[in-house]
Amino acid sequence: MTGRIESTFQRLRQANKKALIAYLMAGDPTLADTERLVLEIEQAGADIIELGVPFSDPIADGPVIQLAAERGLRSGTSLRKILVMMKSLRARTQVPVVLMVYYNSIHAMGLETFCRAAGEAGVDGLIVPDMPPDEAGPLKGPAAAAGLRLIFLLAPTSTTERREYVAKESQGFLYYVSLTGTTGAKIQNMAEVGKNVGKIKKATKTPVAVGFGVSTPDDAAQVSAMADGVIVGSAIVKQIAAHQQSSDMPGHVGRFVASLKSAMNGRA
Amino acid sequence: MKKVPDSQGRFGPYGGRYVPETLMPALLELEQEYATARKDRGFRAELAYYLKQYVGRPTSLYHAARLTKKLGGAKIYLKREDLCHTGAHKINNAIGQVLLAMRMKKPRIIAETGAGQHGVATATAAAMFGLECEIYMGTEDMQRQALNVFRMRLLGAKVTGVDAGSRTLKDAISEAMRDWTTNVRTTHYILGSVLGAHPYPMMIRDFQAIIGQEARKQILAAEGKLPDYLVACVGGGSNSIGLFHAFLGDKKVKMIGVEAGGTGIESGKHAARFFGGKPGVLQGTMTYLLQDEDGQINLTHSVSAGLDYAAVGPEHSLYHDLKRIQYTYATDDEAMAAFDLLATAEGIVPALESSHAIAEVVKLAPTLKKSNIIIANLSGRGDKDVQQVARMRGVTL
Repeated sequence: MTGRIESTFQRLRQANKKALIAYLMAGDPTLADTERLVLEIEQAGADIIELGVPFSDPIADGPVIQLAAERGLRSGTSLRKILVMMKSLRARTQVPVVLMVYYNSIHAMGLETFCRAAGEAGVDGLIVPDMPPDEAGPLKGPAAAAGLRLIFLLAPTSTTERREYVAKESQGFLYYVSLTGTTGAKIQNMAEVGKNVGKIKKATKTPVAVGFGVSTPDDAAQVSAMADGVIVGSAIVKQIAAHQQSSDMPGHVGRFVASLKSAMNGRA
Repeated sequence: MKKVPDSQGRFGPYGGRYVPETLMPALLELEQEYATARKDRGFRAELAYYLKQYVGRPTSLYHAARLTKKLGGAKIYLKREDLCHTGAHKINNAIGQVLLAMRMKKPRIIAETGAGQHGVATATAAAMFGLECEIYMGTEDMQRQALNVFRMRLLGAKVTGVDAGSRTLKDAISEAMRDWTTNVRTTHYILGSVLGAHPYPMMIRDFQAIIGQEARKQILAAEGKLPDYLVACVGGGSNSIGLFHAFLGDKKVKMIGVEAGGTGIESGKHAARFFGGKPGVLQGTMTYLLQDEDGQINLTHSVSAGLDYAAVGPEHSLYHDLKRIQYTYATDDEAMAAFDLLATAEGIVPALESSHAIAEVVKLAPTLKKSNIIIANLSGRGDKDVQQVARMRGVTL
């Protein structure tokens, strides 16, 4: 079945363009801000929104997103409240939204209850950074029933065996982690990224998006020449943190996202 | 009882491998290397050599005659892990894993530490083999265990404070996992307890199982029969599973794991996962966790840094559900009373962690007959805690 994620990649491919996947931490600084920000960055050129669910112990995240998660938790954000916001957002936009959510948040709500609620709220897919496909068995059925794509990650350390396995399992798109490290670090070796994305694309027809370490318009332009999508997280979260006191915070963030997008279009 | 874990690292519904993809290849490599090493006679001989000549094993099984008399019930034996080099059982695992790291040609070692005992053991083993070593420790724990911080630095390790969350063991583990994710190609992560993703809970249990293997032989030699009870404290649960494991098949041997009751279960300030926790996933494994309704991990409290952690080893969760091991808790006050009692009755200053096990012995022994036998695991010595206890009592040293 073609969903919002698939049709977005199809539309972009036909236009010879690449997807900009923009990350926001839900509830940073408040959920009302997140709702405004989603619309703002969609306007600015984000093709897919990745919405982080704040968790107390985010092992895959670097300091920028750890702090954003703390702000999200302080503003009283929970998975349930995020889904309520999603429902209201769906009345205003059809931009694909994937949740980046640690496994324990899903487990605490119950896999089936969560998937049903997320599907009904208009969530399109899930990235569970501490759940490799090896552990995804129990989530597959409920996710499929709710029309949720399970998006898996590959890393520079992944072996050929794992590359083939994960590529086969990932739905919607495949998330290539550009570096050995946590979110927000700096890409060390752009050539290696290109080489590894090439290998993954041989293993699957699923679009490949690259994230972790894409922080500037120039990075985005370089990565978009290699992959089907560019994921930017910490750099956007930094903009939100830096302009928290400004009444035009969404405007600042939107302009940054627009600068990423125009750099990508210049190269695509 | 069926052998656990299965090939996926499952202890019944618990355990598994909930980690970022970047770490999966390293975990698979470690699993394979360990599987080869445990069958390799050379590796086993080398490990046995260091455990005997460097650590000082076997540790004694000491009949605590005055404590027995004072409590007026069961005969009490103490398994003296406090006599190991570096002062606790943690070195059994650290030596095993350093030998593995060298087989995998990883020149850099990292570890987390709560009370500092695992950090000291790891820094020690790394120093002996000439490996680079970095230890992550919560800043709250660094304050409580300042002496161990200095010891690690004396041993040449870099100690990095972690100033996130509760600033204790949990946050140190998260930071160590992030370091490992970043430097996985050159670094081996020596996790200190039966926690984390497969193969850690199994491998660390195996390295600690020597405690029970020795104790079983020693008690049979001393008494000609098996004990009625085994008692040990449970933070992550490595000293307890180490003592219990060799006895799991002995149906008549009862086992009690003692969690940190903090200032009481009702107060909410504790680390007793089997009293208010429920299954979930933290730091690589599915197990009992102290968490809220949304699955956010609770802050924990214990007078003892080594027990102050929101999760418990997955194998314990299985034995809890199967009722093979009984879990209870001791409060901070009960542990402190046991600390004093053992010091004055036996001339042994126990670690605050191990004092929780002694606190349970104080409750249990008087309810039993003189013909009954209890073995308590004295997992570490209390030298590291002397400063903290002085501070708590308003004594300036």
